Amino acid sequence: MKQSLFEHRHMAEWEQFSLLLQKLERNDNATGVDSFPGDYRRICQHLALARERGYSSFLIDSLQQQVLRGHQQLYRHRSRLGPQLLGFILADFPRLVRQQWRFVLAASLMFFGSLIGFAVLVYLFPDLVYNLLPAEQVSEMQGMYDPEAGHLGRSAQRAASEDWVMFGYYIMHNIGIAFQTFASGLLFGLGSVFFLLFNGLIIGAVAGHLTQIGYGQTFWSFVIGHGAFELTAIALSGAAGLQLGWALIAPGRQPRAEALRLMARKSVLLICGVMLFLLIAAFIEAYWSSMTTLAPLTKYLVGGSLWVLVALYLLFAGRDRHAPE
Amino acid sequence: MLETTALQRKATLSPPLDTRYQVETPEGIDLPLRPAGLMVRALAFSIDLALRGLILGVLFIVLAMLGKLGMGLGSLLIFAVSWWYMVLFEVLNQGRSPGKQWMGLRVVQDDGTPIGWSASLLRNLLRFVDLLPFGYFLGAISCLQHPGFKRLGDIAAGTLVIYREQPLTRPQLPPAPPRRPALPLTLTEQRAILGFAERQAELSSARVSELAAILAPPLQVPAPQAVAELNGIARGLLGPT
Repeated sequence: MKQSLFEHRHMAEWEQFSLLLQKLERNDNATGVDSFPGDYRRICQHLALARERGYSSFLIDSLQQQVLRGHQQLYRHRSRLGPQLLGFILADFPRLVRQQWRFVLAASLMFFGSLIGFAVLVYLFPDLVYNLLPAEQVSEMQGMYDPEAGHLGRSAQRAASEDWVMFGYYIMHNIGIAFQTFASGLLFGLGSVFFLLFNGLIIGAVAGHLTQIGYGQTFWSFVIGHGAFELTAIALSGAAGLQLGWALIAPGRQPRAEALRLMARKSVLLICGVMLFLLIAAFIEAYWSSMTTLAPLTKYLVGGSLWVLVALYLLFAGRDRHAPE
Repeated sequence: MLETTALQRKATLSPPLDTRYQVETPEGIDLPLRPAGLMVRALAFSIDLALRGLILGVLFIVLAMLGKLGMGLGSLLIFAVSWWYMVLFEVLNQGRSPGKQWMGLRVVQDDGTPIGWSASLLRNLLRFVDLLPFGYFLGAISCLQHPGFKRLGDIAAGTLVIYREQPLTRPQLPPAPPRRPALPLTLTEQRAILGFAERQAELSSARVSELAAILAPPLQVPAPQAVAELNGIARGLLGPT
């Protein structure tokens, strides 16, 4: 068949298809979309024919463009965010954490190990804190948690609007740290190890120092509530980063790039869970931890039960074989 | 676009030296994607960077009037703009951030399908590593040595930055009476002659006759008539219009 006859026969069809494509590209779910997969396959066949028969470049290129655009629309990832999110929170996220328990364990040991270890060291040898933190920062910390001052957190006498400021600050600061800890894992895991140890040491130094000088009550009652979510989240983001690094160090039977791609898909899910945890943590930190009217005992009880809740959630949620729909 | 598979007569020809990236679809069609190089991507990023700076600047002026509430909102906004600007645009605007749109680029998955939430989040989070140790150093190196011009974030997320397809205009074939070729043509030769006719308007007339003169002996015509002969064959191949 000559090219001009071929074009003449199918021109109307192609024009209709391109109108349909425009509709789909505008996310306009109008009529006629049902025939799209069939039309798309027909255009694919036309392209194959045109190539096989040696038609001119213009015809082949324009058919190719149509196919490319159709391919984009037909294989579009349509996700229903609502149900997916619910399924993720109720089952997929804790399952993923358990599935990747080796990385979670390694990251937790690094983070909590350095935290607790250094806190104990600073408590025993108070001068150690100045090796890690400059003196101004230490005195600033002391000012923040001074039991005499009667306020908590980073600023004086917080009003409701102040809570809001801190909420924004915590989200930016903490999620930023989590993202860094994760992303730097791409450097063969070294970045994640560094950020895990570094953050663990800093937090440990502050905790040890404040307890040692007798500000323990204000400090621990402030941090115990949101710490459950915040510290776990940092450890988990470290675990996600270590995953990336491990895919590069020990790719198994795949090429490194492929192993990295497969592992990255899992680790980004972990990061979604981390973001969720940090949102909760920022909320608790801004609105609950900063309340000064409550007795420390109440805070310890609530904080402790939050830790138990997080542990139970990560250990047992989604064990049911039938995923919650 | 000439296929390389049909070159049996001159097997010494090597495949064309270009950056096309072939994706085979489930329908059995090879789709060529054209990955975008470092320079154009850097330009697109600069545009995005400037735009983000502008957005933040304007917002801060507005928020400064709101006092404390503004400060809280401000830090939320810095967070949103610095980490989510790219992700939101890429997923919701068919793989195009404003800078990419300006430069005629888009992000797709390795298999040519549109980018989803997780891949976009991944490639933009890992931007942090591409920035190391300063000014996109690692990203640039990775981009320069990868055949698909991928930075580290693209490798991990399995994404590709490609040129968007531009609308084509139908080329005018030079007028000539349709002719039958003196010898049977292979598919590649047929494509080459059609290509010659379609692109003639872009070439100088001297170059056109020079190219056509190469084919004068096999076509058994004197060199000055080779152009008209080739155009006639192209017309003949195309059929009556």
